[in-house]
Amino acid sequence: MNIFRANFWFHYAGPQAFYGLAGRLWPCFAALAAVLGVWGLWLGFMVAPADAQQGEGYRIIFVHVPVSWMSMVIYLAMAFWSVLGLTFNTRLSGMMTRALAPTGAMFAFLSLWTGALWGKPMWGTWWVWDARLTSELILFFLYLGYIALTSAIDDQRRGDRAGALIAIVGAINVPIIYFSVKWWNTLHQGASVSLTKSPSMAQVMLWGMLLMAMCFWFYTIALVLFRVRTTILQRESHTAWVQAIAQEAA
Amino acid sequence: MIWDSWNQFWNMGGYGLYVWGSMGVTVACMAIEVWQARLARKQLLTQLRAEYEGNL
Repeated sequence: MNIFRANFWFHYAGPQAFYGLAGRLWPCFAALAAVLGVWGLWLGFMVAPADAQQGEGYRIIFVHVPVSWMSMVIYLAMAFWSVLGLTFNTRLSGMMTRALAPTGAMFAFLSLWTGALWGKPMWGTWWVWDARLTSELILFFLYLGYIALTSAIDDQRRGDRAGALIAIVGAINVPIIYFSVKWWNTLHQGASVSLTKSPSMAQVMLWGMLLMAMCFWFYTIALVLFRVRTTILQRESHTAWVQAIAQEAA
Repeated sequence: MIWDSWNQFWNMGGYGLYVWGSMGVTVACMAIEVWQARLARKQLLTQLRAEYEGNL
Protein backbone atom coordinates (compact mmCIF):
# COMPACT_ATOMS: atom_id res chain seq x y z
CA MET A 1 0.00 0.00 0.00
CA ASN A 2 1.70 3.17 -1.14
CA ILE A 3 -0.31 6.33 -0.94
CA PHE A 4 2.05 8.12 -3.32
CA ARG A 5 1.05 5.91 -6.23
CA ALA A 6 -1.98 6.64 -8.35
CA ASN A 7 -2.98 2.97 -8.13
CA PHE A 8 -3.71 3.32 -4.43
CA TRP A 9 -6.20 6.11 -5.04
CA PHE A 10 -7.91 4.42 -7.94
CA HIS A 11 -8.18 1.25 -5.88
CA TYR A 12 -10.15 3.07 -3.18
CA ALA A 13 -12.18 4.94 -5.80
CA GLY A 14 -13.71 1.53 -6.55
CA PRO A 15 -17.03 1.11 -4.69
CA GLN A 16 -16.26 -2.24 -3.05
CA ALA A 17 -12.90 -1.21 -1.63
CA PHE A 18 -14.29 2.12 -0.48
CA TYR A 19 -17.25 0.44 1.19
CA GLY A 20 -14.88 -1.49 3.44
CA LEU A 21 -12.63 1.48 4.11
CA ALA A 22 -15.57 3.75 4.98
CA GLY A 23 -16.95 1.07 7.30
CA ARG A 24 -13.69 0.99 9.26
CA LEU A 25 -13.33 4.78 9.35
CA TRP A 26 -16.76 6.16 10.26
CA PRO A 27 -16.84 4.89 13.87
CA CYS A 28 -13.47 6.56 14.54
CA PHE A 29 -14.72 9.90 13.24
CA ALA A 30 -17.98 9.58 15.16
CA ALA A 31 -16.07 8.93 18.40
CA LEU A 32 -13.79 11.92 17.76
CA ALA A 33 -16.83 14.13 17.08
CA ALA A 34 -18.44 13.07 20.37
CA VAL A 35 -15.32 13.77 22.43
CA LEU A 36 -14.65 17.14 20.79
CA GLY A 37 -18.32 18.12 21.07
CA VAL A 38 -18.42 17.46 24.83
CA TRP A 39 -15.12 19.28 25.30
CA GLY A 40 -16.20 22.26 23.19
CA LEU A 41 -19.58 22.58 24.92
CA TRP A 42 -17.87 22.36 28.29
CA LEU A 43 -15.53 25.24 27.41
CA GLY A 44 -18.34 27.22 25.81
CA PHE A 45 -20.94 26.85 28.55
CA MET A 46 -19.06 26.10 31.74
CA VAL A 47 -15.69 27.83 31.41
CA ALA A 48 -15.97 30.81 29.06
CA PRO A 49 -17.06 33.98 30.85
CA ALA A 50 -19.93 36.23 29.72
CA ASP A 51 -19.18 38.69 26.93
CA ALA A 52 -18.65 42.33 27.88
CA GLN A 53 -21.23 43.63 25.37
CA GLN A 54 -23.60 40.74 24.70
CA GLY A 55 -23.71 39.09 28.11
CA GLU A 56 -24.60 35.38 27.93
CA GLY A 57 -26.34 35.83 24.57
CA TYR A 58 -23.06 35.61 22.68
CA ARG A 59 -22.86 31.87 23.45
CA ILE A 60 -24.83 31.23 20.27
CA ILE A 61 -21.43 31.76 18.61
CA PHE A 62 -20.36 28.25 19.67
CA VAL A 63 -22.87 26.78 17.26
CA HIS A 64 -23.54 29.59 14.78
CA VAL A 65 -19.99 30.09 13.52
CA PRO A 66 -19.11 26.37 13.23
CA VAL A 67 -22.34 25.46 11.39
CA SER A 68 -21.87 28.40 9.02
CA TRP A 69 -18.31 27.31 8.24
CA MET A 70 -19.50 23.76 7.64
CA SER A 71 -22.25 24.92 5.28
CA MET A 72 -19.56 26.55 3.11
CA VAL A 73 -16.91 23.83 3.46
CA ILE A 74 -19.38 21.08 2.51
CA TYR A 75 -20.38 22.93 -0.66
CA LEU A 76 -16.72 23.26 -1.63
CA ALA A 77 -16.26 19.55 -0.92
CA MET A 78 -19.19 18.81 -3.25
CA ALA A 79 -17.59 20.97 -5.94
CA PHE A 80 -14.28 19.15 -5.42
CA TRP A 81 -15.87 15.70 -5.85
CA SER A 82 -17.78 16.98 -8.86
CA VAL A 83 -14.61 18.15 -10.59
CA LEU A 84 -13.03 14.74 -9.90
CA GLY A 85 -16.16 13.01 -11.17
CA LEU A 86 -16.33 14.96 -14.42
CA THR A 87 -12.57 14.60 -14.98
CA PHE A 88 -11.96 10.94 -14.18
CA ASN A 89 -15.53 9.67 -14.55
CA THR A 90 -15.23 7.76 -11.27
CA ARG A 91 -18.49 6.37 -9.93
CA LEU A 92 -17.65 7.18 -6.33
CA SER A 93 -17.50 10.95 -6.92
CA GLY A 94 -21.19 11.34 -7.64
CA MET A 95 -22.08 9.19 -4.66
CA MET A 96 -19.90 11.31 -2.36
CA THR A 97 -21.43 14.53 -3.68
CA ARG A 98 -24.92 13.18 -3.08
CA ALA A 99 -24.00 11.97 0.42
CA LEU A 100 -22.68 15.43 1.34
CA ALA A 101 -25.69 17.43 0.15
CA PRO A 102 -28.26 16.69 2.92
CA THR A 103 -25.76 17.47 5.68
CA GLY A 104 -24.72 20.67 3.90
CA ALA A 105 -28.35 21.72 3.58
CA MET A 106 -28.87 21.03 7.26
CA PHE A 107 -25.90 23.18 8.26
CA ALA A 108 -27.01 26.01 5.96
CA PHE A 109 -30.45 25.88 7.55
CA LEU A 110 -28.91 25.87 11.04
CA SER A 111 -26.72 28.82 10.10
CA LEU A 112 -29.82 30.82 9.16
CA TRP A 113 -31.79 29.58 12.16
CA THR A 114 -29.14 30.31 14.81
CA GLY A 115 -28.36 33.58 13.03
CA ALA A 116 -32.00 34.66 13.32
CA LEU A 117 -32.04 33.75 17.00
CA TRP A 118 -28.88 35.76 17.49
CA GLY A 119 -30.01 38.70 15.38
CA LYS A 120 -33.30 39.19 17.21
CA PRO A 121 -31.88 40.09 20.65
CA MET A 122 -28.74 41.86 19.35
CA TRP A 123 -29.92 43.69 16.20
CA GLY A 124 -33.62 43.76 17.01
CA THR A 125 -34.61 41.77 13.92
CA TRP A 126 -34.76 38.10 12.88
CA TRP A 127 -33.78 38.84 9.33
CA VAL A 128 -32.41 41.57 7.06
CA TRP A 129 -31.84 41.36 3.32
CA ASP A 130 -28.16 42.17 3.54
CA ALA A 131 -25.31 40.57 1.63
CA ARG A 132 -24.17 38.01 4.21
CA LEU A 133 -27.63 36.73 5.08
CA THR A 134 -28.93 36.72 1.53
CA SER A 135 -25.91 34.87 0.11
CA GLU A 136 -26.22 32.24 2.85
CA LEU A 137 -29.90 31.86 1.96
CA ILE A 138 -28.88 31.34 -1.67
CA LEU A 139 -26.45 28.65 -0.51
CA PHE A 140 -29.33 26.88 1.26
CA PHE A 141 -31.38 27.03 -1.96
CA LEU A 142 -28.42 25.70 -3.96
CA TYR A 143 -28.32 22.65 -1.70
CA LEU A 144 -32.07 22.13 -2.10
CA GLY A 145 -31.76 22.61 -5.85
CA TYR A 146 -28.97 20.04 -6.03
CA ILE A 147 -31.01 17.51 -4.05
CA ALA A 148 -34.17 18.13 -6.10
CA LEU A 149 -32.36 17.89 -9.44
CA THR A 150 -30.35 14.75 -8.68
CA SER A 151 -33.34 12.92 -7.26
CA ALA A 152 -35.54 13.90 -10.22
CA ILE A 153 -33.27 12.25 -12.81
CA ASP A 154 -33.82 8.51 -13.02
CA ASP A 155 -30.54 7.66 -14.73
CA GLN A 156 -28.19 7.92 -11.74
CA ARG A 157 -25.03 8.64 -13.68
CA ARG A 158 -26.77 11.37 -15.65
CA GLY A 159 -28.10 12.75 -12.38
CA ASP A 160 -24.57 12.76 -11.00
CA ARG A 161 -23.30 14.79 -13.95
CA ALA A 162 -26.16 17.29 -13.86
CA GLY A 163 -25.67 17.70 -10.11
CA ALA A 164 -21.93 18.17 -10.60
CA LEU A 165 -22.67 21.23 -12.74
CA ILE A 166 -24.79 22.84 -9.99
CA ALA A 167 -22.13 22.01 -7.42
CA ILE A 168 -19.32 23.55 -9.48
CA VAL A 169 -21.15 26.64 -10.73
CA GLY A 170 -22.76 27.28 -7.33
CA ALA A 171 -19.36 27.18 -5.63
CA ILE A 172 -18.88 30.78 -6.85
CA ASN A 173 -21.33 31.72 -4.11
CA VAL A 174 -19.06 30.47 -1.30
CA PRO A 175 -16.35 33.18 -1.53
CA ILE A 176 -19.17 35.70 -1.97
CA ILE A 177 -20.62 34.62 1.39
CA TYR A 178 -17.23 34.66 3.02
CA PHE A 179 -16.14 38.09 1.81
CA SER A 180 -19.61 39.67 1.84
CA VAL A 181 -18.92 41.36 5.18
CA LYS A 182 -15.89 43.06 3.63
CA TRP A 183 -17.28 43.89 0.21
CA TRP A 184 -20.60 45.37 1.27
CA ASN A 185 -21.89 47.44 4.13
CA THR A 186 -23.73 45.00 6.31
CA LEU A 187 -25.29 44.61 9.71
CA HIS A 188 -23.38 41.38 10.14
CA GLN A 189 -20.10 41.64 12.01
CA GLY A 190 -16.75 40.88 10.36
CA ALA A 191 -14.94 37.54 10.50
CA SER A 192 -14.46 36.17 14.01
CA VAL A 193 -11.26 34.43 13.04
CA SER A 194 -8.96 35.48 10.23
CA LEU A 195 -5.66 34.19 8.95
CA THR A 196 -4.08 37.61 8.64
CA LYS A 197 -4.65 39.04 12.10
CA SER A 198 -4.95 37.63 15.60
CA PRO A 199 -8.51 36.71 16.60
CA SER A 200 -10.65 39.44 18.13
CA MET A 201 -11.92 37.19 20.90
CA ALA A 202 -10.69 35.75 24.20
CA GLN A 203 -8.60 32.56 24.08
CA VAL A 204 -11.09 30.32 25.85
CA MET A 205 -13.99 31.49 23.65
CA LEU A 206 -11.87 30.90 20.58
CA TRP A 207 -10.96 27.38 21.72
CA GLY A 208 -14.56 26.52 22.50
CA MET A 209 -15.54 27.62 19.01
CA LEU A 210 -12.70 25.78 17.28
CA LEU A 211 -13.45 22.56 19.17
CA MET A 212 -17.10 22.80 18.12
CA ALA A 213 -15.98 23.39 14.53
CA MET A 214 -13.81 20.27 14.64
CA CYS A 215 -16.69 18.33 16.22
CA PHE A 216 -18.94 19.25 13.26
CA TRP A 217 -16.18 18.38 10.78
CA PHE A 218 -15.81 14.88 12.19
CA TYR A 219 -19.57 14.47 12.56
CA THR A 220 -19.94 15.31 8.87
CA ILE A 221 -17.18 12.93 7.79
CA ALA A 222 -18.63 10.10 9.87
CA LEU A 223 -22.16 10.65 8.62
CA VAL A 224 -21.16 11.05 4.98
CA LEU A 225 -19.09 7.85 5.08
CA PHE A 226 -22.04 6.04 6.64
CA ARG A 227 -24.46 7.43 4.07
CA VAL A 228 -22.25 6.72 1.07
CA ARG A 229 -22.06 3.08 2.13
CA THR A 230 -25.83 2.84 1.77
CA THR A 231 -25.65 4.43 -1.66
CA ILE A 232 -22.89 2.02 -2.72
CA LEU A 233 -25.00 -0.98 -1.66
CA GLN A 234 -27.93 0.41 -3.62
CA ARG A 235 -26.01 1.05 -6.82
CA GLU A 236 -24.00 -2.18 -6.68
CA SER A 237 -26.96 -4.34 -5.67
CA HIS A 238 -26.49 -6.52 -8.77
CA THR A 239 -23.07 -7.72 -7.54
CA ALA A 240 -22.31 -10.85 -5.58
CA TRP A 241 -20.49 -9.03 -2.79
CA VAL A 242 -23.48 -6.80 -1.98
CA GLN A 243 -25.72 -9.86 -2.01
CA ALA A 244 -23.40 -11.51 0.50
CA ILE A 245 -23.52 -8.47 2.77
CA ALA A 246 -27.32 -8.22 2.63
CA GLN A 247 -27.72 -11.87 3.58
CA GLU A 248 -25.06 -11.66 6.27
CA ALA A 249 -26.84 -8.71 7.91
CA ALA A 250 -30.09 -10.68 8.24
CA MET B 1 -17.65 27.33 37.77
CA ILE B 2 -19.25 30.42 36.25
CA TRP B 3 -22.85 29.61 37.30
CA ASP B 4 -24.30 29.86 40.79
CA SER B 5 -27.37 27.71 40.09
CA TRP B 6 -29.11 25.69 37.40
CA ASN B 7 -31.70 28.41 37.17
CA GLN B 8 -29.05 30.89 36.21
CA PHE B 9 -27.65 28.45 33.68
CA TRP B 10 -30.99 27.90 31.93
CA ASN B 11 -31.84 31.59 32.06
CA MET B 12 -28.61 32.59 30.25
CA GLY B 13 -28.85 36.15 31.53
CA GLY B 14 -32.25 36.60 29.89
CA TYR B 15 -31.12 35.15 26.53
CA GLY B 16 -32.26 31.62 27.40
CA LEU B 17 -34.84 31.39 24.61
CA TYR B 18 -32.30 32.40 21.95
CA VAL B 19 -29.35 30.37 23.22
CA TRP B 20 -31.31 27.19 23.94
CA GLY B 21 -33.42 27.65 20.82
CA SER B 22 -30.18 27.56 18.81
CA MET B 23 -28.67 24.63 20.67
CA GLY B 24 -31.89 22.62 20.81
CA VAL B 25 -32.69 22.84 17.12
CA THR B 26 -29.08 22.04 16.19
CA VAL B 27 -29.04 18.92 18.36
CA ALA B 28 -32.50 17.88 17.09
CA CYS B 29 -31.47 18.27 13.42
CA MET B 30 -28.34 16.21 13.95
CA ALA B 31 -30.24 13.50 15.83
CA ILE B 32 -32.87 13.29 13.07
CA GLU B 33 -30.17 13.11 10.41
CA VAL B 34 -28.36 10.25 12.14
CA TRP B 35 -31.64 8.39 12.71
CA GLN B 36 -32.58 8.87 9.04
CA ALA B 37 -29.23 7.58 7.79
CA ARG B 38 -29.51 4.45 9.94
CA LEU B 39 -33.12 3.88 8.87
CA ALA B 40 -32.22 4.22 5.18
CA ARG B 41 -29.52 1.55 5.51
CA LYS B 42 -31.83 -0.83 7.37
CA GLN B 43 -34.63 -0.37 4.85
CA LEU B 44 -32.30 -0.89 1.91
CA LEU B 45 -30.89 -4.11 3.36
CA THR B 46 -34.41 -5.43 4.00
CA GLN B 47 -35.46 -4.51 0.48
CA LEU B 48 -32.37 -6.08 -1.08
CA ARG B 49 -32.87 -9.34 0.82
CA ALA B 50 -36.46 -9.52 -0.39
CA GLU B 51 -35.30 -8.98 -3.98
CA TYR B 52 -32.56 -11.60 -3.77
CA GLU B 53 -34.91 -14.16 -2.28
CA GLY B 54 -37.40 -13.44 -5.03
CA ASN B 55 -34.69 -14.30 -7.54
CA LEU B 56 -33.82 -17.65 -6.03
